Amino acid sequence: MGQFWNYLQSYLLHISKYFMPLYLWIFTGLSFFALTNAGWRRIKTICDVQLVLMFLTHFSGAAVICLKTGKPVYLLLYAFQEILIFALVVLTNMIYPDGDRLLINNMCMMLSVGAVILMRLDLNRAVKQFFIVVVSAACCLLIPYLIDSLKRLPDLKWLYAVIGVSALAIVFFLGSVVHGARITFTVYGITFQPSELVKILFVFYLSSAFYIYSGFREVAETSMVAGSLIVLLVLSRDLGSALIFFVVFLAVVFYATGRWPYLVAGAGVAVLASAGAYRYFSHVRMRIEAWRDPWSMIDDAGYQITQSLFAISGGGLFGTGLMNGNPSSIPYVEQDFIFSAIAEEMGIIFAVGLIALAFATFLDYMVISGVAADRFDRIICFGLGVTYIFQVFLTVGGGTKFIPMTGLTFPLLSYGGTSVLTTLVLFYVAEGVSARAYAWTGEEY
Amino acid sequence: MRASAAVISVIFGVAFLCMCVYFVRFALKNQRKLMSNSYNTHQAVLAKQISRGSIYASDGTVLALNEKGEDGKDHRSYPFGSLYAHAVGYASKGKSGIESAYNYYLINSSLPLSEKVKYDTKGEKYPGDSVYSTLDPALQQISSSTLGVYDGAVVVSEIKTGRVLAMVSKPDFDPNEIDEIWEKIQYDASSTVLLNRVKDGQYPPGSTFKIFSSLEYIRENPEDFSKYRYTCNGKYRTGDDFITCYHGTVHGNVDFKTSFSKSCNSSYANIGMSLDRTLFLNTLQECLFDKPLPSDLPCTKSSVGISPSLPDGDMMEICIGQGLTSVTPLHLNLMTCAVANGGVLMKSRLVDRVEDENGTTVAEFKPETYGSLMNEADSLILRGMMEEVVKSGTGRKLNGLSYTAAGKTGSAEFGTIKGQSHAWFTGYAPAEDPEIAVTVIIEGAGSGGDYAVPLTKRIFDQYFGAYSYVD
Repeated sequence: MGQFWNYLQSYLLHISKYFMPLYLWIFTGLSFFALTNAGWRRIKTICDVQLVLMFLTHFSGAAVICLKTGKPVYLLLYAFQEILIFALVVLTNMIYPDGDRLLINNMCMMLSVGAVILMRLDLNRAVKQFFIVVVSAACCLLIPYLIDSLKRLPDLKWLYAVIGVSALAIVFFLGSVVHGARITFTVYGITFQPSELVKILFVFYLSSAFYIYSGFREVAETSMVAGSLIVLLVLSRDLGSALIFFVVFLAVVFYATGRWPYLVAGAGVAVLASAGAYRYFSHVRMRIEAWRDPWSMIDDAGYQITQSLFAISGGGLFGTGLMNGNPSSIPYVEQDFIFSAIAEEMGIIFAVGLIALAFATFLDYMVISGVAADRFDRIICFGLGVTYIFQVFLTVGGGTKFIPMTGLTFPLLSYGGTSVLTTLVLFYVAEGVSARAYAWTGEEY
Repeated sequence: MRASAAVISVIFGVAFLCMCVYFVRFALKNQRKLMSNSYNTHQAVLAKQISRGSIYASDGTVLALNEKGEDGKDHRSYPFGSLYAHAVGYASKGKSGIESAYNYYLINSSLPLSEKVKYDTKGEKYPGDSVYSTLDPALQQISSSTLGVYDGAVVVSEIKTGRVLAMVSKPDFDPNEIDEIWEKIQYDASSTVLLNRVKDGQYPPGSTFKIFSSLEYIRENPEDFSKYRYTCNGKYRTGDDFITCYHGTVHGNVDFKTSFSKSCNSSYANIGMSLDRTLFLNTLQECLFDKPLPSDLPCTKSSVGISPSLPDGDMMEICIGQGLTSVTPLHLNLMTCAVANGGVLMKSRLVDRVEDENGTTVAEFKPETYGSLMNEADSLILRGMMEEVVKSGTGRKLNGLSYTAAGKTGSAEFGTIKGQSHAWFTGYAPAEDPEIAVTVIIEGAGSGGDYAVPLTKRIFDQYFGAYSYVD
């Protein structure tokens, strides 16, 4: 009997790495399929199947880690995580029956995968992250309600701008310097990264600025605000965030005005600004050099990226299996390189599945913005979608050497309080928009 | 607004598609290469799960294996000690040779799941995949023992397949004691025991370089190279610079073939002066100078310093293989293979196949063509000249045997003391249907004809099974 149990256990450990990508890809496939069949009531079955797949992925991951380490504590943490995630799905659906279930499903799948990989990397941080998600989610459940009941949200343009600019200014003048960048701010022992939350404020600002008109005047005015935010970020050396603000601004202007010249001019500014940054900022230059040829500086500037490349190539299509790789060799793997850790242990097929899922989520944002109740809602949903997908692009692209490294988190997968809170807000605002769209039009989109 | 959203979606869609293609391609294509990088910690992780695979000779003799030591830990063991030191290499304190180039296979296990599960339940490591090399124990042994106490290098290749049959470099070391040797080398920077002279030893080519000079002369004078005549009085002079023949020999009236077979420096200085330097440089680069060699081991590049502005004196030196040129024995061996194979060079390799513990083939390395270094007609002319070296020239010690051979000797002067030279020979056999190419260098021994040719003969004897030593 003991012998049989040993065999079974060993087989399970070996084959789980082939099943996890299967679950994920079916899930992602259903997400894409559901987009073409808009209206979640019609796809209720799909959403229910997705819940099962989410459960299977999360459970397989946790079970492998538990068997490999022989520590039941992992299963305990898993049980709490699973309860939290199902509570999120059920509560959201109960409180906002008109909301987009697909969006919440996608979000929870990402949370599940993040929980697995973080548990594998660092148990203490996984526990910490769990509590952060609990608190954030509790707050975020209110957001759709607030969006619908605060009728004056579109009128608070200057409030958003002032809070955003002053938050970044405070960080710039008073924040603490971590790895050469001044991006965090500590109050009562809790460390914030304000630029994350300002991202959302910025989208609110743009939506209210373009709420009624989107002529040259509005574009000029928003350019000033966007410009000052970006300059503050560049001065704080938070280049990744600066890039996100810029791209979101450009995309929203194009979306609100529908005019190509803005997009083209923006691209021109981007080229000039990059050339200038390369010339005048040594840390930008270093990042670019480390991207072009990390192998020649493998000991210092290229260390992080080369370790990341070892990880993504180390696992092959199906990965080494959880606990069989060595992702901890990448500095800051839980924050900036979580994707590389996933690629190594869970495999390339799984990793690409996650990218596809992120893209399906982005398309869902676009679908919701297309049917939203008014211009404010539309622009908000569009802007948040671009914020989300561009951050995914920067972090995955940076970790795989597709583009230079910017040091950003993968939303919902990476460890980090502000990052999780911001992303949950981002999803629940869109959820609110989708619920309101249904309530206003009274029909399915 | 929907149209704008569609545009933005398409832009991101394309960007994501490119990123995924790039990422997947990079990860899969570079898997093996990155695994061998010494900064990659995955090797250490795999070593905990997998017991390093064995390395075999072509006949199944074990050259390297993991053994359980008295302390219960795995030890890398090399049953033949220093004999295969450079070819097989070492696996701790960095890696070299086959241990390094085929590391990826050795540290992975391709056993089927059902087998792996058996090891799991026994609590044992999976056995790594085994590498079957091309090395021939008899040829390796004879190459090493005939080189004896001399420093130098021997390489034997199969011409039509690119398989390396023997690779010997001296001074050598015992890979079983690599950890202790490593300590010693820290205090002795001049020690070169770890240097694989076959692929990384940079030597003046001496007269073996005349193979290249001749090829260029034939290319520039395709019609009338055979009408070439020169009267050698032991010395060739241009301006203040002069070249002398080896030991001041006076060769008298020589044609192109005799200049080659008797290795007349004065005549080759004369030929060299007539060559177009730009074309010559092109030919040399086609023949792998300044280029990475097509080998499964990383090799040092041979270098040549020809440029249109090179002074005449230096040009003469280069044409007879002295001066600024340096060449690795493996490079000369590959050139010899190409000449003997109608100009076509096969990629050089040390491994035939990889098998898992059950004997299932994991990877097989078939003969692969690198390309053509020269056309067939030119290669035939060079073969005729190399045969003449054995029939009537400096390689006569290979004449009149049960097999026929061809080649070129060299006596590469080095250092400042006149008359000190490395003995070179590079050649192939049988002359009419070449099978193997042998390249030998013996450091500081003297002339190629006196020292390197007899050594080559013993290797050919071994290969062709002709053991009658009639000197």
